[in-house]
Amino acid sequence: MNKRLIFYILGWVLVIEGLCMQLSTIVGLIYKESSFKYFLFIGLAIIVIGALLVIKKPKNPTMQLKDGFASTTLSWIVLSLAGCLPLFFSKAIPSFIDAFFETVSGFTTTGSTILTDIESLDKCMLFWRSFSHFLGGMGVVVFLLAIIPKLGGNNSINLMKAESTGPSVGKSMPKLRTYAALLYAIYVGFTAIEFVLLLLGGMNVFDALTTAFATAGTGGFSTYNASIGHFESTYLQTVVAVFMMLFGVNFYIYILILTRKFKQILKSEELFIYLGIVVGATLAIAVNLLSYYDTFKEALHQSFFYVTSILSSTGFAITDTNPWPAFSVVLILILTCIGACAGSTGGGFKVSRIIILCKEIKKEFMLIVHPRNIYTVKTDGKKVSHEVARSVSVYLTIYVFIIVITTVLISFNGFDFTTNFTSVLATLNNTGPGFSMVGSAGNYSEFSTFSKIVFCFNMLAGRLELYPLLLIFIPQAWKKN
Amino acid sequence: MDIIIVGSGRVGRTIADHLNLEGHSITVIDEDAHALEKLPDTQNIMTIEGNGATLSTLKEANVSDCDLLIAVTATDELNLYTCLIAKNAGVKRTIARVRNPQYTKDLPFVKDDLKLSLAINPELICAKELTRMLKFPGVESMTTFARGHIDLIKIKVEKGCVLANKKVVQSSHILKDGIRICVVERQGECFIPNGDFVIEEGDYISFIAPSKAAAKLLKSLGIVSNRGRTVMLLGGSRIAHYLAMDLCDAGIDVKIIDNDKERCLELSEALDNALIIYGDAMDQDLLLSEGIEHCSAVVALMNTDEENLVSSLYAKQVNPKAKVITEIGNLKISSVFENLPLETMINPKKITGENIMRYVKAMHNSRDSEFETVHPIANGKAEALEFRVRKDNLATGIALSGLDLKDDLQIACITRQGKMIIPKGSDSIEIGDTVIVVTKRKGLSDLEDILR
Repeated sequence: MNKRLIFYILGWVLVIEGLCMQLSTIVGLIYKESSFKYFLFIGLAIIVIGALLVIKKPKNPTMQLKDGFASTTLSWIVLSLAGCLPLFFSKAIPSFIDAFFETVSGFTTTGSTILTDIESLDKCMLFWRSFSHFLGGMGVVVFLLAIIPKLGGNNSINLMKAESTGPSVGKSMPKLRTYAALLYAIYVGFTAIEFVLLLLGGMNVFDALTTAFATAGTGGFSTYNASIGHFESTYLQTVVAVFMMLFGVNFYIYILILTRKFKQILKSEELFIYLGIVVGATLAIAVNLLSYYDTFKEALHQSFFYVTSILSSTGFAITDTNPWPAFSVVLILILTCIGACAGSTGGGFKVSRIIILCKEIKKEFMLIVHPRNIYTVKTDGKKVSHEVARSVSVYLTIYVFIIVITTVLISFNGFDFTTNFTSVLATLNNTGPGFSMVGSAGNYSEFSTFSKIVFCFNMLAGRLELYPLLLIFIPQAWKKN
Repeated sequence: MDIIIVGSGRVGRTIADHLNLEGHSITVIDEDAHALEKLPDTQNIMTIEGNGATLSTLKEANVSDCDLLIAVTATDELNLYTCLIAKNAGVKRTIARVRNPQYTKDLPFVKDDLKLSLAINPELICAKELTRMLKFPGVESMTTFARGHIDLIKIKVEKGCVLANKKVVQSSHILKDGIRICVVERQGECFIPNGDFVIEEGDYISFIAPSKAAAKLLKSLGIVSNRGRTVMLLGGSRIAHYLAMDLCDAGIDVKIIDNDKERCLELSEALDNALIIYGDAMDQDLLLSEGIEHCSAVVALMNTDEENLVSSLYAKQVNPKAKVITEIGNLKISSVFENLPLETMINPKKITGENIMRYVKAMHNSRDSEFETVHPIANGKAEALEFRVRKDNLATGIALSGLDLKDDLQIACITRQGKMIIPKGSDSIEIGDTVIVVTKRKGLSDLEDILR
């Protein structure tokens, strides 16, 4: 491991985080809240520590894949540790592990909360929660790649690999820095559009901004106890639903739109299957909910909001879904696991991995019928290499193992099975709400300290897509060469 | 005519031999003296040892006085480059062999810039020929124009056919998508029909159509159904690749067996719908387990004639109903095959040679005109002529309804920038178009000849 290089990157992460905290300081000053000082001083302290690490450039700037994975994972842990300090010191969240859980949930864009009364928090604290979604959504390392030249030396793609979502990372431009900057530009652009549309619907600036942040990162923190249900406007809820869907799409599609390569968009199987899932699940749940709502229109609205919220792994709520019929509940859990598209800000298993697995299944059966068949798995008209296919299969195995093991660990609490199982799914897939105690109207405050640590692990594992986080537990990775 | 052939490989030698027999004077250029020595030893063939892509060698061959240069070296790029140099050095026309499928696809974009008269892809031509044999079992005969994009198909109007006993205009709902009936044969007589012509049962009609529309029409007439048909290709050569693409497009199931794993991977990547089997096509057990007994056709396209012959004979033995096609490359012993129970043989080099020969003949018949190729229809009673419009003449730029056309003549199709137009009265012929004219008259050699 190139430890000097890792510390250098961690330094930059701290500097950026400290600067971002000053946004909360400004919010605190605007609302004349005394708690702004926590952001100001902790932020400054973080900047100083970060600057000390950044001053000395590493002698060897070569970044191996394992260095990329390790520095990204450690960045996220450091980011969460530092980010929870203002919440903890200001006594907004008096327990350290609760504050850490809340911050991890924010940066990983999960949106699970331990707060029972969100509205009692200061505005600057609420702003920081929502802003953590925005920073975590596209990824802080991608942000560094966009602004700092020659970060990670010649192989900085290895940094991108750890943080981007999906089975394989391709960049469509020769310069990684331009590509990262373009991704962020699209991200900020969409957030701005949503912000304006929410303002037009009558939201105030603070609510519109925090809601747009939480949607953009597909996070799900709201500044109200009733989440988006607080805004009793079909227009506002629909705007949020549509943007949740849009942020779940591979950002590469938007680059293709910007560069006018429409033919290539038509080839994207993932996009159409994703949209197909949205339409299919919305209709199925809407029909299933007919007996719960007066009109089909209302059922459709509820269904569309939840399908986009869960599939994109955002986790916003407009009602309590616990009393919903079993069919809808099971569908929502399946959507939780599927998750968004690769290369989006969403979490979950990712549609593209499921496509690859389905094609591998077909290949396996073709081999039984024609033992000497040679079959090339393709997605979007391009060959899926054996390495990617294998990596996806192993990904599934690890994914299932983590679900099984952490469900066992969570069950020590003695809660019901639905709570245990859905809380694991909701955290590992970065969705946020599950069912029963952790339903769309519930929260995670009742869990033991140990459970919360397990959840933090799940959230980070889900956001970093398993391999980078697990790598730091592999001793060989830390040996020199 | 004076003709230069660059590249003395097997195709080069075959062409040289044929052209020599036709009485042309031939110069063959190759860097390899051994290859030149294999040429038939006659007085009319001159050989030059050297690089045919250099001006000095070409000048040695008197390129500026030559009528035609044919570049058939092993490399596509070299062939194209040689043609460009030769054209600039003053040769009248050039033909290049281009085998890379990706280049073939892009050629219409650069054909004019390269000043190329013809680009031929032997494997592609061969595959088209095979497709013709396999795709439409109920079709009497089939010819293609415009690099295989347009088909001229002859079918018999059976009893109860929707086209029968109707005027041509009354069938316009079936004859859409650019389909045009251009020749009708009735009891040995041949007609060029207009809209009022009544088609009768027992007629043979030849119609011209874009390949895809033709396939649709044949299906709607109930002439062919490819549902459930399987074609097994033994050997994954380039011909097999092209053929599989065409057959898959036509909805036929394709199985390719090849014993080179790398090649199998390439094919499986390139062909989405074909089933690729890695194994030896000479292995009886494999062929049986892959269902050779139930295939509707088997095509042997392996490297050697021996393999193709043995596997074809085996296919015929276990599946007598199947259409078995055998690729034969070695001309010299072809007479031996005649007594074998194999109905269809194809020879890619012969087909390539024939294509070039056809072009040379057409060129010879009509020097300096715009005439490109001729295809006989109805046993030679009529013909389809392909013209390429290079300069303004009396027929261009005027709406077709305003042209005073000769009798028994039809402008069947205009191809403009790769797009096919079935001309209406309001269309006109423009520079750069390829025009197909169907006529009973003989001796048309220029586009202006279609006018009265």
